[in-house]
Amino acid sequence: MSKKKLVVIGNGMVGHKFMQAIVKDQARDEFEIIIFCEESRLAYDRVQLSAFFSGKTADDLSMVSAGFYEDNNITVHMADRASLIDREKQLVTSEKGVEIQYDKLVLATGSFPFVPPIPGHERDNCFVYRTIDDLNAIAEAGAKSKVGVVIGGGLLGLEAAKALKDMGLKTHVVEFAPRLMAVQIDDGAGAVLRKKIEQLGVSVHTQKNTQNILPGEQCVHRMNFADGTHIETDLILFSAGIRPRDDIARESGLEVGERGGIIINNHCQTSDDNIYAIGECALWEGKIYGLVAPGYQMAQVAADQLAGKQNSFTGADMSTKLKLMGVDVASIGDAHATTENAKVYSYVNGADEVYKKIVVSEDNKRLLGAVLIGDTADYGNLLQLKLNDMALPEYPDTLILPQRDGSGVTGLGVEALPDNAQICSCFDVSKGAICQAVSDGHTTMGAIKECTSATTGCGGCTALVGQVLNKELEKMGMEVNTDLCEHFAYTRQEMYHLVRVGNIKTFDALIEQHGKGYGCDICKPTAASIFASCWNDYILEKPLAGLQDTNDRFLANIQKNGTYSIVPRIAGGEITPDKLIALGEVGKKYNLYTKITGGQRVDLFGARQEQLPLIWKELIDAGFETGHAYGKSLRTVKSCVGSTWCRYGVADSVTTAINLENRYKGLRSPHKLKFAVSGCTRECAEAQSKDVGVIATENGWNLYLCGNGGMKPRHADLFATGLDDETLIKYIDRFLMFYVKTADRLQRTSTWMMNLDGGIDYLREVVIEDSLGLAETFEQEMLTVIDSYQCEWKTTVNDPAKAQTFNAFVNSDKGDSQIVFVPERDQVRPANKNELKATLGA
Amino acid sequence: MQTAVIDKEIDICALTDLIEDAGTTALINDTQIALFYVKKTGQVFALENYDPFSEANVLSRGIIGSIGADLVVASPIYKQHFKLQTGECVEDTSIAVKAYPVNIQDGRIRLTFLGKGS
Repeated sequence: MSKKKLVVIGNGMVGHKFMQAIVKDQARDEFEIIIFCEESRLAYDRVQLSAFFSGKTADDLSMVSAGFYEDNNITVHMADRASLIDREKQLVTSEKGVEIQYDKLVLATGSFPFVPPIPGHERDNCFVYRTIDDLNAIAEAGAKSKVGVVIGGGLLGLEAAKALKDMGLKTHVVEFAPRLMAVQIDDGAGAVLRKKIEQLGVSVHTQKNTQNILPGEQCVHRMNFADGTHIETDLILFSAGIRPRDDIARESGLEVGERGGIIINNHCQTSDDNIYAIGECALWEGKIYGLVAPGYQMAQVAADQLAGKQNSFTGADMSTKLKLMGVDVASIGDAHATTENAKVYSYVNGADEVYKKIVVSEDNKRLLGAVLIGDTADYGNLLQLKLNDMALPEYPDTLILPQRDGSGVTGLGVEALPDNAQICSCFDVSKGAICQAVSDGHTTMGAIKECTSATTGCGGCTALVGQVLNKELEKMGMEVNTDLCEHFAYTRQEMYHLVRVGNIKTFDALIEQHGKGYGCDICKPTAASIFASCWNDYILEKPLAGLQDTNDRFLANIQKNGTYSIVPRIAGGEITPDKLIALGEVGKKYNLYTKITGGQRVDLFGARQEQLPLIWKELIDAGFETGHAYGKSLRTVKSCVGSTWCRYGVADSVTTAINLENRYKGLRSPHKLKFAVSGCTRECAEAQSKDVGVIATENGWNLYLCGNGGMKPRHADLFATGLDDETLIKYIDRFLMFYVKTADRLQRTSTWMMNLDGGIDYLREVVIEDSLGLAETFEQEMLTVIDSYQCEWKTTVNDPAKAQTFNAFVNSDKGDSQIVFVPERDQVRPANKNELKATLGA
Repeated sequence: MQTAVIDKEIDICALTDLIEDAGTTALINDTQIALFYVKKTGQVFALENYDPFSEANVLSRGIIGSIGADLVVASPIYKQHFKLQTGECVEDTSIAVKAYPVNIQDGRIRLTFLGKGS
């Protein structure tokens, strides 16, 4: 049987979603699939477009996993616009002249930005904000500009304004309506939003009707308004709404709406049964949906229809919650109270700049809509009330009034929600799916995120997901036990606090005051690490020695046969030939197996316990110090060679790496810490895979945080850009101390950050904006650690009594006779079982 | 494995040679013994130093502590726990290391090997 041909025009977010839906279906095999994609890139995340200006690359924004189309045998005509549909011949023709006959055709052509026909709109340095190509052009022009104007104060306009602000431009928003976000919010909310945005340094001009754009005097353009005022600016972004791209449908005679949009029925079919339209190009019951979620719903409906399944599009909820320039904004349903006899309750807190309003039905029983500015914590609850048409409490205003007596949030409990209630609208995760994840063993927020993707889109459902999680755990009779171990009924964070506040310096005192029993291999090293982070005493001092894991107790890394490996510090990976020779000589003398590590150091393996002080004596004499490879502490700061030698380098990455390594060496932390510094964006030091990554740009250092390699690799997040040396160090100080104080035992920075409510944004608030008022304390505490640094090996070899504790036996000078090495590739390795038997004869 | 054949108490070292709340290793003929000094109770325990899981002589380098009422040492290699009193492995009760009676006399640690070991 020959396959039917399915042609899809458009590979935006909705077009791609459609492809994902269709390849999942069994019916996929009935089709040969061909796509026309006008852009030179496959689908990418337009919703996150402004992230492009805070460091995300086009690749980061891509929504198509590598090989998706190839693996699914789908032909994609890239950078080729479908220009003609001949419905009689069922033939699509492209601009490049490709002709494809179709059986079924799906239009996902999206929309285009509306540019008002203001005289002068076609001048240079006037842009729209839709594609990555647009952004590249804006970035290029922005680099040469001082002032930027966004025309349009809607959702996208404010996003665009943030982008201009991020580029360092003096930014204006010009809006025709009397308030910002006129569609979603009311006057009261608009006023609060405006105030907040102006505080961020963006000038807002409402009720401005631009008459023309002419050459400026100080800047490139002068915009003249109808009221006689004007603004000078170098760059103009039009963000005055979208229009459906229906030209190809219109020309082929498909029915379109009076004001544009391809008319579809509940099956997403156009006036031609063989042609479907989905997303922003489609007009359903007179409505164009300019959000991605309804587009996704249409994609699913069209895919199901093609597969012969029942599914219809019956309208979509247009509620939104987002952070606009750091301001929380949410709108639900009938925000303007246009429903007949609707009642309105509102709450305004001028001091905290919070505005909340709910619109309820005449009988006070049902929620119709809501607007929230400044505090959107209630969004999840309110949205569920609306979507599930649930009964409201007796006094609906309690839903938005602050709960200051600690009685908790009123409204509905998550238990009241049906299983099919959609909790995360970005990834369409239902309450049932979250419950299932919990019962499958995903019992932390981090695990739920990973397993269901819930909360990883806009994050609006975070609180709600947390409530579902806790409720489920409660139901399963699982108390969320965060106790460190059976000896301490505290988390690591609480223990840290107890130690610092109580000025506790020994484990005996700690367990006597706050614990029970004798401790164990979990709480003892944790306590040792906390003591070191707080007081930084010599870790082999008498009461501390017994707390250390064997690696910390012998200041080396134990290997499978009980011998140790030694890693001296080579800060930034820079080493003199003399020191290299010294390492070689020590390795040769003690017959050590030597290997280069991933952190630009040399690892010397096979040292016996009793040899460690002897070897270190020689290393210290040669100018080395301990590399802390054995500790949960800073390991290395990897660096590329930087501007000193490299023809591409823009800054001296080696010096910065050495400075950072020397600053933080010896800092004990909940888990190991790895840093890297790259001298340019080619990123040869792989800084984005590190806990702390620093990349040089022409404008200063870009700081990346919370990445890691290992079992679950994670790219670091861009945290701040264009930093000078001083600010860079300040931020890293604060970040590290915050992590050291609050992370769980053996929690890497990435998991720690993922579990912070608010994630990287919250981290930014704490570290950059000092929202907790602790920045100075963090810096002071870090200074204390830095000032009390000692090379633990130097202290050890200088104290004969300490060095003696490395002897293999308390009653003999012999060594362990059962450690046996055999040769391999001109070095040694531990003997395996059979070789051991042969040697020892036992 | 070689185990010494000694049926009398032998003197090993002074109590002050041991490390508080940690392990120390002693050698008797060719047998390695891990000695653990629990300061709070004043007790010293002796176990065979050989870790049957990693097949290396490392138990004296583990961290000591308690699980419920039992004092234990955690192997530094793969972290199994052995009871200090009996040598029994907590995670796998079919496995045990040898435990030796310890006598502390006049500040000296004395150890008794009861006949021939395995």
